[in-house]
Amino acid sequence: MNTPAPETGEADRAPGSHRSGRDRLRSYALGLVLAAVLTAASFAAASTNLVWGPSIPVLLAVLAIAQMGVHLVFFLHISTAPDSTNNVLSLAFGIFVVGLIIFGSMIIMANLNHAMMPMDQLLDLHRQH
Amino acid sequence: MNTVVDIPTEEVSEGIPLSELGPASPRIVAAYGFWLFLLSDIIIFAALFAAYAVLSGATNGGPTGLELFDDKHVLEETACLLASSFTCGMMMLATERRQSGLTYFWSLVTALLGASFLALEFSEFADMVQRGDGPSRSAFLSSFFALVGTHGAHVTVGIAWLIVMMAQIGTLGFRPMVVRRLLCFSLFWHALDIVWIGVFTVVYLGAHS
Repeated sequence: MNTPAPETGEADRAPGSHRSGRDRLRSYALGLVLAAVLTAASFAAASTNLVWGPSIPVLLAVLAIAQMGVHLVFFLHISTAPDSTNNVLSLAFGIFVVGLIIFGSMIIMANLNHAMMPMDQLLDLHRQH
Repeated sequence: MNTVVDIPTEEVSEGIPLSELGPASPRIVAAYGFWLFLLSDIIIFAALFAAYAVLSGATNGGPTGLELFDDKHVLEETACLLASSFTCGMMMLATERRQSGLTYFWSLVTALLGASFLALEFSEFADMVQRGDGPSRSAFLSSFFALVGTHGAHVTVGIAWLIVMMAQIGTLGFRPMVVRRLLCFSLFWHALDIVWIGVFTVVYLGAHS
């Protein structure tokens, strides 16, 4: 294995595309530590009284999205390298569809609930016929 | 001595303009195709998440999430899955170096952590069903069992897949085809952990607010 060292230095490499085994081991270890810290923060945020109550859902969402990002970069090795351009584009489309399904459903169902006649009035309507 | 076996594609693509690279290697193409499958799988989970988000308040006079869920239990499940994601990465490093002993070892650890996650989840489900809070109790519980159960089914399939892969390494060795399949397995396993982040945030921690 006498191949010459590549011209490009470490700094020129896209983040997430680690070459040597030791770099990749370090990447997994760093990902594990970051994910563990974010998980612990999520569980602490849900049970603590230190954070203003109504802001906790937003805090949980931020921590979850951050942890998903950590998993994508350090475990799934999604990077800006040319090799994963297609993966990043399809990921963006996937996130778009996921957002459309979840938030679209929530908005539509909340709207329907709001427009729904209260149950007692609905029963009155049935008795009249 | 350089014992690290690099992935061939990364050596080839070094310094050559993208327009002159030619077709991508089978490894890149297989990973991309599997990535598309994973995204469509995540869209299935998105539909289940949407159902849960809409129905989480529809308890029909039954127990709410706050009464049912035990944070400590969920933290244990999360720790199992996160650790198994890491050991899955260690298995892939061993595979790239063609170290069969280490590959078997890390895959065994990964499978055991996945199995302990499943055992914890199963005990939680069994408890709930025994107390009469099964999926037929309320719309909230139906959507809960559908979402968390689908994730559990995926983990079960993942463990079975890992066992098959170890049998293939035993019989076929580290052929490029087998290594590609193992790469796809690792993508699957990491993606399941990402879905679990959504589950513990929305379902279990979300029950507090």
